[in-house]
Amino acid sequence: MTIFEMYERRPKNFIKISIVLSIILLLILWSISGIEYKGIASKGSEVAYGIVYGITHPDTNLLFTTSTDGVPYLILQTIAIAILGTIFGAILAVPVSFLSSKNIVNKYVAFIFSSLVLMIRTIPSLVWALVWIRVTGPGPFCGVVTQSICSIGMISKMFVTAIEDLDTGILESLDASGCNTFEKIRYGVIPQLSASFVSTTIYRFDINLKDATTLGIVGAGGIGAALVQSISSRRWTMVGSFLSALILLVLIIEYFSTKLRNKLARG
Amino acid sequence: MDKLFNKFFKPEVITLESGNSVERPRSKKILILSILFIVVYISLKVTGFNLTIIIKRSNQLTVILSQIFNPNFGYFKNVVRPLVDTVKMSLLGSIIGCLLSIPFSILASSNINKNKPILLFVRFVLSIIRSIPTLIIASVAALIFNLGTFAGTIAISIFTFGIVSKMLFESIETLDMGPFEALESFGCNKFQAFWGSCVPQVLPTYFSHCLYCFEMNIRAASILGYVGAGGLGVLINERIGWRDYNGLGMVLLSLFVLVLLIDQLSSYLRSKLG
Repeated sequence: MTIFEMYERRPKNFIKISIVLSIILLLILWSISGIEYKGIASKGSEVAYGIVYGITHPDTNLLFTTSTDGVPYLILQTIAIAILGTIFGAILAVPVSFLSSKNIVNKYVAFIFSSLVLMIRTIPSLVWALVWIRVTGPGPFCGVVTQSICSIGMISKMFVTAIEDLDTGILESLDASGCNTFEKIRYGVIPQLSASFVSTTIYRFDINLKDATTLGIVGAGGIGAALVQSISSRRWTMVGSFLSALILLVLIIEYFSTKLRNKLARG
Repeated sequence: MDKLFNKFFKPEVITLESGNSVERPRSKKILILSILFIVVYISLKVTGFNLTIIIKRSNQLTVILSQIFNPNFGYFKNVVRPLVDTVKMSLLGSIIGCLLSIPFSILASSNINKNKPILLFVRFVLSIIRSIPTLIIASVAALIFNLGTFAGTIAISIFTFGIVSKMLFESIETLDMGPFEALESFGCNKFQAFWGSCVPQVLPTYFSHCLYCFEMNIRAASILGYVGAGGLGVLINERIGWRDYNGLGMVLLSLFVLVLLIDQLSSYLRSKLG
């Protein structure tokens, strides 16, 4: 059989492709119908120009002061919120994830706790922040509490996957060699889980750092609050310095977190 | 790093029976734990964390949460329109972002694009786009394009563009380049070779990235309204402002059902693709 004969007999899925394409086209048309384009706002071009101007001319005074409304302190605050939120979230997630793993507890208990996790994940972090703000009052404290709760959702989802993959053969052999429950956990469970737990926690730290800026919008402290305030009061040089510091921070943290996680994955 | 560590914490020297001695490095646990302790202590001071406030005022939380879990079902008729708007916003934004990401991710994959400076530049721009929070993009877009769903669509497109481009160029880089070289040796030009060898390999992964991103966008789009970019967020903001937590509960319940449905649909489609 020549190449051309083979080529003629290649699978032809013209109909399938055209159906998929027309569905996508219909979806596009349907979704466009809901988007109302009201033109550029009367001061829109001014805003766009201001952003570009601000990023190219950041307010250097703000970048290097040590006062509590300067960039370095706000960055420190954002990092602090993310660190505490992640650590508390990870600590809280450990019991929750053991209680929602089907190979540890019976399936009814697992169902109850995994629904709890699903509930935590569904409520947007912004709403959590607005609820907690009633308890703690505005400020970085609210950010910490919100992030601790929001982190439970994703961290325990990843933890559960790790726990359900546990190799129980090791536990049986430890049993056979006469270990008690504590020793079984220390030598059979922790070494299997620690790497993936730490890796998940670092990954979540990455996310929390970005989220901490979002939470700032509702008054939960950090650099986000200052950034949004300066956007709405249209002080573009301030916007420039906050935004460039934020981008730099996220890039640096992302670089180190990827590096650390690669190291953990390779052992 | 290891050398520095061993300089400060001298390895334990163990003399073997044969008279030789071996060095056993000290455990790093103590160092890591003490650094962690200091970091947590500083963070506690900076954020003003105070456990007693939580314990004392936690009844405030139960008041709000119990109202949220007792949704006002009559409010549903007001939720439908913003809910549909949210879906439309995230759908259109996802499609635009996913289409835009194709050329840029090809430029950012090192096995296709051999021009180092352009490669690094494209990757740098992509990581900057990814590092700006969506809500900030949305609030700027709302200032430029008026309040409404258009600003939200722009924000979601930019967000999707950043994420899908990264996922796509990572999967392009893991492709088997054998077929590509084979087609080139047959006399195809670069585009024909890419179309014939890489596209069929990467297309299912690309679609599954797009679906994954669409799932995320539904959640993201629901809060964009908080800065005036249309959709459910407007309603969430309004209900909280009015302290109508039963209404808020209904909004969140509808969002929950929507997210659940879309997650199911998308995981079904992805299992078909995989």
